[in-house]
Formats: sequence, structure tokens, C-alpha cells
Amino acid sequence: MSTAREDILDAVRRAAGREPLDSATRATLDARIAKPVRHLRPAFDEDLIARFIRKLESRSGTVARVAGRAQIPAAVETFRSAHSLAPRAAVGAGLKDLDWPADWIIHHQRAGIEETLSVSPAFAAIAETGTLMLLASPESPTTHNFVPDNQVVVLETARILRHFEDAWAALRERTGGMPRAVNLVSGPSRTADIEQTIQLGAHGPRRLHVVLVD
Amino acid sequence: MDIRSHEFQPRAVAALHDTSLQQAMDKARDGFVAKRAVQVAELSEFEALREAAKTLKDHVLDHLDHYLERYEAAVVAAGGQVHWARDDAEARRIILDICKRVDARTVTKGKSMVSEEIGLNTALIDAGLTVVETDLGEYIIQLAGEAPSHIIAPAVHKTREQVSDLFEKAHGGPRLTEIADLVDAARLALRERYFQADVGITGGNFLIAETGSSLIVTNEGNGDLTQTLARVHIVTAGIERVVPTLDDATLFLRLLARSATGQETETYTTISTGPKPADDLDGPEEYHVVLVDNGRSRMLAGPFREMLRCIRCGACMNHCPVYGAIGGHAYGWVYPGPMGSVLTPLIKGLDAAYDLPNACTLNGRCASVCPVKIPLPDLLRRLRHEQFKQSITPRRKRYALGAWRLLATRPKLYHALERLAARALAAIGGHAGRIRRLPGARGWTEARDLPAPQGRTFLERWQTERGQS
Ligand code: SF4
Repeated sequence: MSTAREDILDAVRRAAGREPLDSATRATLDARIAKPVRHLRPAFDEDLIARFIRKLESRSGTVARVAGRAQIPAAVETFRSAHSLAPRAAVGAGLKDLDWPADWIIHHQRAGIEETLSVSPAFAAIAETGTLMLLASPESPTTHNFVPDNQVVVLETARILRHFEDAWAALRERTGGMPRAVNLVSGPSRTADIEQTIQLGAHGPRRLHVVLVD
Repeated sequence: MDIRSHEFQPRAVAALHDTSLQQAMDKARDGFVAKRAVQVAELSEFEALREAAKTLKDHVLDHLDHYLERYEAAVVAAGGQVHWARDDAEARRIILDICKRVDARTVTKGKSMVSEEIGLNTALIDAGLTVVETDLGEYIIQLAGEAPSHIIAPAVHKTREQVSDLFEKAHGGPRLTEIADLVDAARLALRERYFQADVGITGGNFLIAETGSSLIVTNEGNGDLTQTLARVHIVTAGIERVVPTLDDATLFLRLLARSATGQETETYTTISTGPKPADDLDGPEEYHVVLVDNGRSRMLAGPFREMLRCIRCGACMNHCPVYGAIGGHAYGWVYPGPMGSVLTPLIKGLDAAYDLPNACTLNGRCASVCPVKIPLPDLLRRLRHEQFKQSITPRRKRYALGAWRLLATRPKLYHALERLAARALAAIGGHAGRIRRLPGARGWTEARDLPAPQGRTFLERWQTERGQS
């Protein structure tokens, strides 16, 4: 008995009116995968940092700029106290080395159901749409991006790239292959499922705050 | 899901008299159309991107076998598993088997139209599993015991009052009426479910051959909580969803959010590859993809191949005057509107959905907004033709069409009869120039008067007037 896999692939080939592809055609298609075709990209001359901030803010994200890595904990503390959050956070291990306030309870594990605040490092960002790119790893667990009500992401300005394709190129250059999850985040969670009215904080974070490090 | 497309006519009439539905549709219609228009105006490359997307999708369909094989190999290399399903029953069996093997009790679901197509929820519930839809719209209609009425806004037909009623019944009082409170209530109700879930099922907007990844887009983040927190993640996707590379997926993403919700991008785009690596702190232990054919390879062979370019954005229904008037449920199955009127007969059979291809004015708005340039009106016309050829068209209509052909191919006879009709109708119309009741066309004249012709045909006047000049 033939398997579903064979049946489906056969049906696809019959539909194309041919046998399995010859090796020359296969090689051409494989080359197309190895070296992706360059598609048309939206053109813009806006400064990358300015555009990233403008786009993210247009979708209710907020941004604070700091001069160096050492200032990150203070920027997070400002955000925390502005929203009267408990001094508790899930901090991605990628930011372990920073000097976090002594009276905070912090951990570097996945975010649990009671988590209210997370802080994790972004791998890159895309200026085209004002989008953060976070990669699943012990340094930046995926649950940090979706479970807490408040998501803080640390991003270095040098990591703001122009188009999505530039981010894919950066991803391919990295060692270790594809991370389990690549999260592209463009704002806090939202829904318009009741009467087309936009409401933030549907299931994911109600707030998204970016600490931009020069 | 059982198909009820044969009840299209009574359901459409009921929809027109359903005040809540009409209220909800009024709100939705203009929002979608206006928001899309703003986004399209802002991106000067939009038209060129549509053309490029069409070309790319055609390239993929021409070489689908190879890209599917490459995709499968990449999934396996990343530690995931690929399952192939010839039809809906096979897809359900595969998913049920996985659920049984891992001893699942609770299944959370992100929005997936393929899972609706294969009737997954009923099968899971019959097997004793607790199924929780997590997309807010899907959650609402699950509480209502209904099917989605739109492919990206499943509860678009519900008013806020109706949602209040449903939530009051499901969660207990006090009755909530503010949208913010309703959204919060759903958030609270679903929170624990994500953490309890044994299996999380999502769709896949794109499957990427280069990396063996599945890609989903959401605004709520529910799909991500579903696929990150469950022990086992199952992706359901049609075989036509595969694209060669991340760059290729990007071409479609630039069109998808703009066409669907009128956003530049949705809030979350997530690319998932395989199960959790040993060092990671979160992610599923198992990662499965179920590739569903269910009529797609058959479509690939024939004149309806272009339908397989569809990226399920919903723009065609948002711009359809018929959908706008009656909503999605009248269409009677999973896919409504123009794309549904093509897909339903192709997947479920021409005779199971006779009315759908005919419930269209061929105004062409759907094709003009479709991001992958599917000629929907042409495909609908073609389906009518197939119905005629296969004698599915009702006998009276077939005779009428046959008579019409007889006439239309004999110009002399046609014009003679036309002259006769113009004079007769003018006589019936009398002084008022309007016909209040026309024998044989009562259905039409019941609701409005027919303006009577003035006694001579267009051709007659054209000939005399040209003769004068
Ligand atoms: S047919 Fe075109 S417009 Fe309609 S859902 Fe598919 S891609 Fe969108």
C-alpha cells in the first residue's frame, strides 16, 4: 500500500504533467534556496533609528534611550516605578551581568504564570516596520515575550537593520543554526475581535517598552 | 464541520433579517476597507509586490513536490516530525493518535482555518479531550457553539451585547459591557489553560523550506502562548503553504497584514523550528507538522489552480457586497465570501455548494484587491460553467440558459424578438413608464418596479440616429 506521502507527491507531479524533477532542475531550485532571490523592498531614506522609534510608537510601544549598558537597570527601574510594578522581574540571562537594584527579586528562568515584568535582550530590530527580533535561548526565553503583563526589551542601536531581509542575513551568519523560535514583536499584544475596537493586552503583554542602548 | 451550503438561500434571507448581524456587519465593513486603503496608499511598491507575489507563488506551485521534500527534510533535521494527510479524515486520525500517545487531556488552539476545514474540534471532543480556542474571536464563537464567519475575524458577526451575554453565561456575573473588561475576562479565563495544555495546535501561514520552520502571525499573542507552553506543538497546514526561503515569506508578509487587517505588520510574527533544545528554558518537547492535501493536489491539476495562491487574508470578503450584506454563516461551510465560493465547491463537491458560485454579481472588487491576483470572478464563472456541463444547474435554469444560447447565437432572430419585447413592455408600462408586476418575474417586481423601455431597441435608435448624422 502506498503511503499518504507518496500519494500526495505523485498527485502533485501528475498535476504538473511530469515525473519527479531531473537532477539539473533540482540543483537549480536548491541553489535558489541556498542563495535567496532578492525581492523588491520598500524604499525609504529616513534614519534607521528614528524610523524604528516612530513605527514602534505608532503601535503603542514606548522607547527610552540610554548612553550605555550600565544605564539599563536604572531605565528599567524608571519604567517599573512609573507603572507601580512590584520590584520583581524575569531577566534574560543575557543581561545577568548588569548591576540590578539590590532590593529586586530577579531570576533568569522562564516566565511563570504570576510573572508581571520581564527584561530580555533583542538580537536585532527592523527599521522598516519598527519590529524587534528576539531569539529563543537561555539568554532570552520565549515566555518572557508573551507571559508577563509588562515586557521590556533591551536593544543596541547598532542592531537596528533596514529590512527584514537584512535580519535574515544576520540570522544565517550566526553559528548554531535556527533558534527554536524567532519572535518578531512590533508592539504590545492587541485585539480588535469585539466590534473592531482595538484593545491592548489581549493575551500577551499590555505594555512593551524598549531600552535603546547607544 | 458539516457542510450546509445547500441551505444558502434560506440562510441568506434569514441573515438579511437578523438585526444583530446587520449591526455587526455595518461596523466591520467600512473599517476593514478604509484601513486597507490607507496602508496601500502608503506603500508605493504595493502593486509591484502583488505582481511579484503572484509570480513567486506560481513558481512554488510548479515545483511543489520538490519544495515539500526540501521542507520535510529540514523539519526532520531540526528534530521535528512531518505527517502527510490525503484528506480530512486522515488528518484527524494523525492528530488524535498524537494526542493519545502523549496522554493529552487539554488541547489549546491558535486560530487555524485548516483545523476548521478538517473538522478537528468535534473529533477531539468526541475523543474526550478538552478543547480550548484561544484567539478571542474563536473563543467567542466556541462559547456560542458557532463556526467562524470570517477567516481572520471569526466573530465579526457578533455585537458587543452578544459577547456580554455569552461571557456572563460562561464566566458568571457580574455582566460586563465594556470592551476592555470583556477582553480582560477572556484573558483571565484562558491564562491557566495555556499552562495546563498538553497539546497546542496552531496553523501555519507559511512553511519555510530553507529552515524547516512554520510561521504564524497574530495580534493577540495567543498563538505563541499556545505553541510555547504546551508539551507538544502540532502545526496544521495545507500543502500549498510552503515557500522556499525566509526572503520569499517576507514578500507575502508585506502584503498579508496590509490586505487583511489594514496594518503594516501584525504585532507578532513567529518562526518556529523544531522542539525545545536541551539548554532552552521553554518550548514544546515535540514538534509536529500535519501537511493536509484535502483536494489541493486535485485543484493543482485543473483550471482552478490559481486558487492555490490564496494566502487567506480575507480582503476579498471584506470588499464583497454579497458577503457584506449576509455575513459568513450563510455560505454554510468554513470558507465564506468570494474565496469560499470557489473553494467550497472544489473541496466539498460542485453539487454540495450549488448556490455559492451563483451568489455573485461579478462586480470584480475581490479580484482587484486580492494580494496574489487571483481572478476570483473568472473562477466563479468557470464553476457555473462546470455546473452546467455536469447538469447540476437546476433544469429550469438549464433550459433558460439553453434557450438564451440559441437566441444569442442567431442575431437576426434575437433582434426581431428584442423589437417585439421592447414594444410589448412599453405597452405594459403605459404612461407611467414603469412595470409594477411582470408575469414570470414576480420575485424581481415584488420589491421594485421595472422601468419600461420606450418602445424601440437600442439598435434601432442607433441605426436611425447614425443615419441622420
Ligand atoms: S482569495 Fe485573495 S483576497 Fe481572498 S483571501 Fe485569498 S489571498 Fe486574500
